[in-house]
Amino acid sequence: MSKIKKINRRDFVKLFGLASGGIILGCAVSSDKKDFIPKIAGTFQPNLFVQITKDGLVTLISSRSEMGQGIKTSLASAIADELEADWKYIKVDQAIGHEKYGNQNTDGSRSVRTRLEPMRKMGALAKMMLITAASKKWNIAANECYAENHFIINKSTKEKIFFGDLVESAAALEIPSEKDIQLKKVEDFKFIGKKLKSVDLEAFTTGKATYGIDVRIPGLKFAAIARCPVTFGTVKSFDKSKAEKVAGVSEIIALERLKPPTGKFFGMLGGVAVIANNTWSAFQAKLDLKIEWNYGKNEHFNSEEFKKTITQRVQEKGKLVPGSYGNVNAAFKSAEQTIEATYNVPFLVHAPMEVPNATAWFQKDKIEVWAPVQDPQTARSELAHFFEIPIENITINVTFLGGGFGRKSKSDFVVEAVAISKKINAPVQVVWSREDDVQHSFYHAASAQYLKGGVDKNGKITGWLQRVGFPSIVSSFKPLSDYASGFELGQGFTNNPYLLDNFRLENVKAEANLRIGWLRSVVHIHSAFGNNCFVDELAFASKKDPIKLHLELIGKDRLVKGKSDFPYDAARMKTVLKETAKMANWGKSLPENHGIGVAIHYSFYSYVATIVEVSVKSKKVKVENIWTSIDCGLALNKDNIKNQLEGAAIFGMSLALFGKISTENGAVQQNNFYDYQMTRMKDAPNIHVNILDKMQEPPTGVGEPGVPVIAPAICNAIFNATGKRYRSLPLIDEGLV
Amino acid sequence: MKINITINNKAYEIVAEKEMPLLWAIRDFVGLTGTKFGCGVAQCGACSVLVNGKLTKSCSISLEEVIDKEILTIEGTSKNLEYLRKAWDDGNVPQCGYCQSGQLIAATALLNTIEKPTDKDIDTFMSANICRCGTYTRIRKAIHKAVSLKNEAI
Repeated sequence: MSKIKKINRRDFVKLFGLASGGIILGCAVSSDKKDFIPKIAGTFQPNLFVQITKDGLVTLISSRSEMGQGIKTSLASAIADELEADWKYIKVDQAIGHEKYGNQNTDGSRSVRTRLEPMRKMGALAKMMLITAASKKWNIAANECYAENHFIINKSTKEKIFFGDLVESAAALEIPSEKDIQLKKVEDFKFIGKKLKSVDLEAFTTGKATYGIDVRIPGLKFAAIARCPVTFGTVKSFDKSKAEKVAGVSEIIALERLKPPTGKFFGMLGGVAVIANNTWSAFQAKLDLKIEWNYGKNEHFNSEEFKKTITQRVQEKGKLVPGSYGNVNAAFKSAEQTIEATYNVPFLVHAPMEVPNATAWFQKDKIEVWAPVQDPQTARSELAHFFEIPIENITINVTFLGGGFGRKSKSDFVVEAVAISKKINAPVQVVWSREDDVQHSFYHAASAQYLKGGVDKNGKITGWLQRVGFPSIVSSFKPLSDYASGFELGQGFTNNPYLLDNFRLENVKAEANLRIGWLRSVVHIHSAFGNNCFVDELAFASKKDPIKLHLELIGKDRLVKGKSDFPYDAARMKTVLKETAKMANWGKSLPENHGIGVAIHYSFYSYVATIVEVSVKSKKVKVENIWTSIDCGLALNKDNIKNQLEGAAIFGMSLALFGKISTENGAVQQNNFYDYQMTRMKDAPNIHVNILDKMQEPPTGVGEPGVPVIAPAICNAIFNATGKRYRSLPLIDEGLV
Repeated sequence: MKINITINNKAYEIVAEKEMPLLWAIRDFVGLTGTKFGCGVAQCGACSVLVNGKLTKSCSISLEEVIDKEILTIEGTSKNLEYLRKAWDDGNVPQCGYCQSGQLIAATALLNTIEKPTDKDIDTFMSANICRCGTYTRIRKAIHKAVSLKNEAI
């Protein structure tokens, strides 16, 4: 794409002429605000999303990273629907990391929520211009024509012109203004709300899809880095005599830690880098390094002690969190009975199948990167900061991501590749081993929470006290952030789905001694676990059916407005729960040793209810069935959403059954999939997904909301089967797996 | 040393250490990147290939052990692999797609071994392959589908 002509920036929609005989339609799209860290609203920037060539081929640009959530297909289908394109002419390219595409940060389950309408407008605008071009040829009014399946059709004569044949004349037209764009009605959708297969299926089933780790460029070297086992430890000295004898090894160099400035970026840990002509030699030589470390301040971090510490702290008074209401103490005093319980979730790691990796070439005054990144613009800014290269001289090529789950939001591995390329003056691919991935991540925080509930003589829940403690994500950006922050507590703690008479939330101190990051569903994993397990305990104590109690607690129909455009709608939450109960045939009699449990959660503005059926035989749990309903508003690609929820169930099972990162003397004790286990085929239950029909509502999150409900529903089902409560994850530690 | 192997019916001469795992020779020297690195210790199956028809974790077999042998990778083809590809497409199986090379090769080995596998056969056979995205239920269905596609074709 060359010779892009800039035109009136104030127009919402802009057209760029293309020398190659096609039209490229661009759009200025408001860059969205980060949901979690409030910032000044972004500015309008020109963007490029649609290209049509004379052969009719439509190339659409996906501005968001593809990591398995199907976004390339989803966003393209929104454009193609409004364009009235024939799907067989659609090709989707991945955008480089550049602010002209608007916000590209692929996390928070918000790509469809924030990009659906702008992308539809891109397609609608292209269609308008093709219609105008055709109407001029026929010398009739534009409203005498319509678009259908890659043709513009003359309403009266039924003559038709192929999109490709209109490319030149459309390219010469004035750009319509935003107010003239008309979007289709829901009932007229052709792709939106239907079941489209991934545009990348063939690439995936033939090995042709290029992930970051598959990038090959001439002269490419491969690097492995030995990092200190203790977070932020540094190299005291190292002996490379054995390592440098490994065949294929060309250089062994020390890498300084690059510390991020307060408030942004990720930096890199530093260590000793081995550079070789193949990945294996780099891995092997790394093992042969003898390194003495300065372990630093995290040397004594022991996660089991930390668990005890935060578990103790939640038994005592914490800091009152705004959003509490009523008087829980008075409620407890007048209660017929009070129930108390403490829940724990351990540290977790993402472990995407494709390990962190990046390919970089630092050349004098420019940097080119090929990497599987969720947030290419932050990577680009980060490189400009650390390497003092003008940002316009930095190109970030976004490859396929072999899973992301939040790990690949952090661009530390990109910084590493660039730092090494600069030092060795050659293109290099840094590849993390699985052990590196497990031991040097940005971990999902461990948490403790204490809950106390009051039940009156009529079985009504009168008070709800919740104290939570977990290291904050903010600690990775700002030292001494020792309490969970407001945006974190806003993920299911301050905004639980219930209407309580008296609610008090307290926050206790929890220091970070590991790099803390976000993992698929983030804090909702903690909040959904505590909330749902506790409601189940209250239901048992008050002799109520758990679903009935959830419905009671959700309370009357109401809208709760937050800071976003998406108010919480209690009626939708109740509908989702009832639908799931119906689907699972809740209340049916179960086989011997089977149990059933329920959990609900509201996250990323979507409503989810899940019921799990387990069997427990010889003290071993097997998940037999999972029923999940989601109300995610407009369902853009139904089969993709189904796939996401099936995957979320498996992801949730992995963390419930196996997931735990522990440390001793500051070092992570797990290594690889043999001691950080995953759900496997033999564990996979029947998964039943129900997507509620809410096509008139705006779309909300899909990638994450299916995860948080799984662990509490499993634990509640185990209680139902065995009468025993399990309040600390993972269940493998309880001997249940 | 010089090592001769056949990959997808094509002969290659690789100059590398004889201890090098087949995975890295395929990826970094031959340049076929469809076979994936996932764990390096035969725990995840992302690197699955067939060596003389036998399902093998290529991260954990050395070049020396595959001298003069025939390798099938995801870039290659076989009758069962083609039915599986169709079934994978039919069921829209992949999410991120990264593990699917290994899943397809493992499923090929399964169908080469058991003509019509049951759910239990699939669970046993396919549990060596991890899919972090969690596409297991679709893989299970797709394997059955591949069998029916094959039967329809006969």
